[in-house]
Amino acid sequence: MMNAILGGILIGVAVSIMLLFNGRVTGISGIVAGAISPAKNDWFWRMTFLLGLLVGGLLLKIFHSQSLEQISSAHFGDYIFAGFLVGFGTLLGNGCTSGHGVCGISRLSIRSILSTITFIIFGIISVAIFKALRGGL
Amino acid sequence: MKSLISFSVGLIFAIGLGLSGMTQVQTVKGFLDIFGNWNPALLGVMIGAIGIHSIFYHLIRKRSSPLLETKFHIPNRKDIDKKLLLGAALFGIGWGWGGICPGPGIVASLSGNYYVITFIISMISGMIFFKLIEKKLTNI
Repeated sequence: MMNAILGGILIGVAVSIMLLFNGRVTGISGIVAGAISPAKNDWFWRMTFLLGLLVGGLLLKIFHSQSLEQISSAHFGDYIFAGFLVGFGTLLGNGCTSGHGVCGISRLSIRSILSTITFIIFGIISVAIFKALRGGL
Repeated sequence: MKSLISFSVGLIFAIGLGLSGMTQVQTVKGFLDIFGNWNPALLGVMIGAIGIHSIFYHLIRKRSSPLLETKFHIPNRKDIDKKLLLGAALFGIGWGWGGICPGPGIVASLSGNYYVITFIISMISGMIFFKLIEKKLTNI
């Protein structure tokens, strides 16, 4: 639990740096969406952010590889289904765990609070159904 | 300079996700598995991240502008529409089903796990599909 809170603090510091310097919300689904259909002069910072995530992932792979080990009963098709819903749903609902769950709740946005409650409830239902079908997480 | 900042933010964000266990599907699914063997780690992440950012957010917004931009780009909508809730519901179903959301998915995508790569390709496809039909969704 201590690692989770420490990791959360790092995330809180990261999104605060983004706000202080660039004046932006660190909403990852929105940053990806803007990177794949860019507006003028609004592309490069998104790509370097995503590059930062990837380099961070490589550092984790080198120094803390157990943090990237996945244990699940999910099949190949499950990830196609899940990924598509995550991509479509986050754009329809204007955000994901970072934009609504961290940044939005921190500024007490009513939309973000309702979004976060909704995706957690549907996530709980989804995991319950998944477990019933696949026999594990 | 703005690009260097966003690179650093991405890097710190990724390390935070990895340290907290959010880059593992079992941690995320374990948090949503409230009827089973509940893993509260994601709650710890939310407490840490929101705790820090809610303090800094209010301090930073006392400024008239950010350091490298002329104005803040912060959403200010307050209306609750069907798109917001339907989108969150669809996202929640996918998040629970795969145990991955966009940030951790991208961070874990170079680890060589084909499932995570599949998820990311499908996620981007879902985003492109949304962009294609976005104009038809205006009357939801």
